[in-house]
Amino acid sequence: MRRSTATLWLGPALLLIAATAVFPIVVTFWMSLHRRFPIFGVNEYVGLANYVHLAQNPRFLRSAAVTLSFTLVSVAVEFALGLACALALRRDFRGHRWILAVLLIPWIVPTTVSARIWEWIYNGNFGLLNYLLLRLGVIAEPVVWTADVRLVLPAAMLAEIWKTTPFMTLLLLAGLKSIPQPLYRAAAVDGAGAWTTFLHVTWPQLKPMALVALLFRSLDSIRVFDVVYVLTGGGPAGSTETLSVFAYKKLFQSLEFGYGSAVGIAVLLLSAAVSALFLLCMGRLRPSSA
Amino acid sequence: MHGPPPPVFGMNIGRVLGVWVAALFALWSLAPFLWQVQTSLRPDEYLARLPPLLPPRPTLAHYRAVLADPTFLRLVVNSLGVGAATTLASLLAGGFAAFALAQLPARGKGLVLGLTLSVSMLPAVALLAPLFLLVRALGLRDSWAALVLTHTTFTLPLTLWTLTHFFKEIPRELFHAARVDGLSAWQTFWSIHLPLSKGGIAACAILNFIFSWNEFLMALTFTTTDASRTVPVGVALFQGLHETPFGDIAAASVLVCLPVILLACLFQRGIVAGLTQGAVKG
Repeated sequence: MRRSTATLWLGPALLLIAATAVFPIVVTFWMSLHRRFPIFGVNEYVGLANYVHLAQNPRFLRSAAVTLSFTLVSVAVEFALGLACALALRRDFRGHRWILAVLLIPWIVPTTVSARIWEWIYNGNFGLLNYLLLRLGVIAEPVVWTADVRLVLPAAMLAEIWKTTPFMTLLLLAGLKSIPQPLYRAAAVDGAGAWTTFLHVTWPQLKPMALVALLFRSLDSIRVFDVVYVLTGGGPAGSTETLSVFAYKKLFQSLEFGYGSAVGIAVLLLSAAVSALFLLCMGRLRPSSA
Repeated sequence: MHGPPPPVFGMNIGRVLGVWVAALFALWSLAPFLWQVQTSLRPDEYLARLPPLLPPRPTLAHYRAVLADPTFLRLVVNSLGVGAATTLASLLAGGFAAFALAQLPARGKGLVLGLTLSVSMLPAVALLAPLFLLVRALGLRDSWAALVLTHTTFTLPLTLWTLTHFFKEIPRELFHAARVDGLSAWQTFWSIHLPLSKGGIAACAILNFIFSWNEFLMALTFTTTDASRTVPVGVALFQGLHETPFGDIAAASVLVCLPVILLACLFQRGIVAGLTQGAVKG
């Protein structure tokens, strides 16, 4: 295929990516250097002033902390659950197919719907969670889960974990299934026990895929918007306001396009930093796994 | 394909434990959804009461109310339309590009694949303001086109990666033979590459549709009325539970889950393959 023809075939995709991803990123960065309120016709260049202000804005710092803890906790729990589930699913058994289909359900339902489902479960007066915990004697009186600043973030995390563990499970399962069988036979011949086999065969072989799964989920979690926006709207008192929710409010509720863009760029930089960290880990794995 | 799976915890105990753990996870995945199903079947007088756990006289009243609501039906039509158009656009643009990438020398290819991969990792919120201005400048506010355009950006990378992989599996000899027989590259694409990659195309189509059907942030930003508002936005904008009968919300949310759950059951293998493929190959 000649280069000129190749360009023609690549054209639509490249054009789309240029117009709706590359160009917007550049514009977002450019806008973040401005004080810009479209409704007042204000648009002046202010350099890095928005970023300087962000660094001193307690609301921004809190939302960064919320985003990071949300990501760390959810991804860690998802990984532990996903690994357990993938290990359980690596052998075929009757009904294996159906279990996989059922596991897909949380991941496949719209996030706004799953947020509504959990909102109802968390309801203070007639939610399932309170009912169960009261019956079990764990709590003495009903708790309004989404109104308590100490409980609301864990509640949002649980909704997120429920929704995204299947994705983790599927990637880890694919990783487990690609481990060459002779390694296990060799381990068995050497008389290795279950734990030793896991530690010295399964885990080293699974590591590259585990890193990919962790990377995907971390990037997803850093930009989390839907579940928080619908379940809590970022409240109460900003206790669940993630960076994406903060940016969205700045952009489309107070219409501060410059300041909101700066928050957007901050999310981008955070994602880039996390990606770089993971790529570094993967690069260090390469010699042994390639 | 993979031979007998190895013992993890010793033969039988491991097997039994595995089945139980898997069943437990299945229950955990299903329970919140089933809870929503029973909520949707509760008569109004039992909605604000717990116990009883299950409604003594289940009713379809909420489903009737939702299905008779023209707004709900309008949102479903919007979501179906946007989802179908996004799927088609992304398969076409992604398929064309993959066709070129599968035959290109290594250097330029890596660049394009790397670029698309990084696009899929971009946080949408960092693109939102310029996209909003772009959509407004093109006069596309509150239209299907605005959503198709922006959704395709995010579904394109997976499609492009998967189809490139599938097209590369097609023997070059077949391509050259077709060219010798007088078929143009265009004809080869439609008569050889597409038919031979059905599995990959199906997996991409399903994942693209699901992405679009579920996408919320851009749909929230670019739509203003029921003319283009999609289901996730409708579900999110339902009034708080003290003003609105939650039974209707429950019924609506169960209904909008049905298409994707049906897809999950029918094409489970394709979905799993499509999801994991990118990660394994990349």
